[in-house]
Amino acid sequence: MAIDWQAFWLTLRLAAVVSAILLLIGVPIAYWLAFSCRRGKFLIEALVALPIVLPPTVLGFYVLVALGPHSPLGRVWESLTGHTLAFTFMGLVIGSILYSLPFAVQPFAASFRAVDRRLVSASAVLGASPWRTFRRIIIPASRPGLVAGFALSFAHTLGEFGVVLMVGGNIPGVTRTVSIDIFDQVQSSNYTSANQTALLLLVLCFGLLAVVYSLNPRVRFVGASE
Amino acid sequence: MSRTDLRVSVRHTFAGNLAAKDQPFSLQVDFSAAPGFTILFGPSGAGKTTLLDCLAGLIAPTQGSIALAERVFFNSSDATNLPPQRRRIGYVLQELGLFPHMTVAENVGYGLFNLPQRSRLERASAILTAFGIESLAQRKPAEISGGERQRVALARALVTDPVALLLDEPLAALDSATKTKILDDLRIWNRSHQVPILYVTHSREEAFALGERLVILESGRIVDQGAPHAVLSAPLQETVAQLAGFENLFDAIVESQHPDRGTMMCRLGSSGVLLETPLVRSQIGETLRIGIRAGDILLSVAAPTGLSARNVLPGTMKLLEQRDVTVRAVVDCGAAFEVLLTLAARDDLRLAAGRQVWLVVKTYSCRVMRP
Repeated sequence: MAIDWQAFWLTLRLAAVVSAILLLIGVPIAYWLAFSCRRGKFLIEALVALPIVLPPTVLGFYVLVALGPHSPLGRVWESLTGHTLAFTFMGLVIGSILYSLPFAVQPFAASFRAVDRRLVSASAVLGASPWRTFRRIIIPASRPGLVAGFALSFAHTLGEFGVVLMVGGNIPGVTRTVSIDIFDQVQSSNYTSANQTALLLLVLCFGLLAVVYSLNPRVRFVGASE
Repeated sequence: MSRTDLRVSVRHTFAGNLAAKDQPFSLQVDFSAAPGFTILFGPSGAGKTTLLDCLAGLIAPTQGSIALAERVFFNSSDATNLPPQRRRIGYVLQELGLFPHMTVAENVGYGLFNLPQRSRLERASAILTAFGIESLAQRKPAEISGGERQRVALARALVTDPVALLLDEPLAALDSATKTKILDDLRIWNRSHQVPILYVTHSREEAFALGERLVILESGRIVDQGAPHAVLSAPLQETVAQLAGFENLFDAIVESQHPDRGTMMCRLGSSGVLLETPLVRSQIGETLRIGIRAGDILLSVAAPTGLSARNVLPGTMKLLEQRDVTVRAVVDCGAAFEVLLTLAARDDLRLAAGRQVWLVVKTYSCRVMRP
């Protein structure tokens, strides 16, 4: 067996969905972190950064519990759809969003913070609402950071293992991702296939990061765990 | 007091950030600005920008009120605080704050987003033409000169028809020809839009060129206000910041005053040295302080003649001391003066201690302060 293309496309689909959702929810969180003056902000900052240091199995375990039929979220989902979230693609998406959150939010927030505050002031005194200032001034000025956050969360989701294993298991076409496939092939001493898949992932991730750094050589982020 | 006056009575304190090594600072001002120019004059660090930020709504003062006619922008007693976008005050920031990703035309049209596209473009292009910068419309701020950027920032603020205008050292970095043209543009605009204009500067020329009224701010307090010639010729309250700038400081007694010439004669301490200084409001016999910068004094080895400068003081060179690439000379003219010289001047004039010299001090190099 060569590369498991089914697992490969599933992984790409997962990464695309997760990074797109992270763009939507990460931007407001990052905006709040960058511009709020609330005292308790450091707690939210720590919470957002937690997935960087937490073992993926720990995160995966809690996500599994939260998605299961005994949690409120799991019960609501089950009553709506008739099945549990655990061991589904949707469950995988939720786990991955939490897992890749800091890789989107941190570059977003860093680029928002780097926007010249006097430009924000100039926009406000010219009559622009905070929303208009955000769209017309802050977003254009932080485009490299937004691209970086999107690409980093995409690449980080491509390579996740522990959370997927805990939350999704290994169901071909549903939750079987590339990293699980590689693990399986190594387990069954199929080193040639493992090498092909691993090399594909390596080249893909390197390409993505090369794009990020070519856009903005100053993008810096905290190292990944796995 | 006219009903369109901008009335300001605010107190703003910040404790200062230890990590950033900020000094604690407090601003406490109470004044009103009628339509037309009011010059805010004062050294850097006096709180001028903080005051403008409070008026524009970028900073909420600790306490007080800000109102224009019946419109209350800020009032701490009933927690009124209009956000900047609802005050309609034009504010040209010291940093200008031109949007780097937009063209000049887009920058100027930015504040007109409530208008339909067509009238927005019309008004933007009309003011660009009035300011003589229509040819720059499609350029980005990085592609135009400093003077052009100042004009664009000014046009961007004026095009929105603000109810008041705040200008934070808008001409600081410009050559005098460009300055004069922009001041003319501003004066023309002021004639047709009678709104209060607060103009921050530390240039005397700008203050005299524009000023109908001058407010002098030092260390967060208004130390004097009135017409420019009256205020600027009053002795300034002596502050540590001012003293630091003068190598020569003398206690001086006012001997005689010459209002017709705008000068007065002062005797330095107990010495016989008489200095002509600018006239300030004072009494004959009153003790004032005179500051003269060491770099503002000329030194001659022969008795100079045919000079415009009024103070020529004979004396004896007491000390010559090289400091890096400058020479500090101390000359005894009855009172000891410190003079700053270049190495070349020392060598060409063959200066040495004990030599007879003459010091030349312009009347307007003497800064008169009240101790």
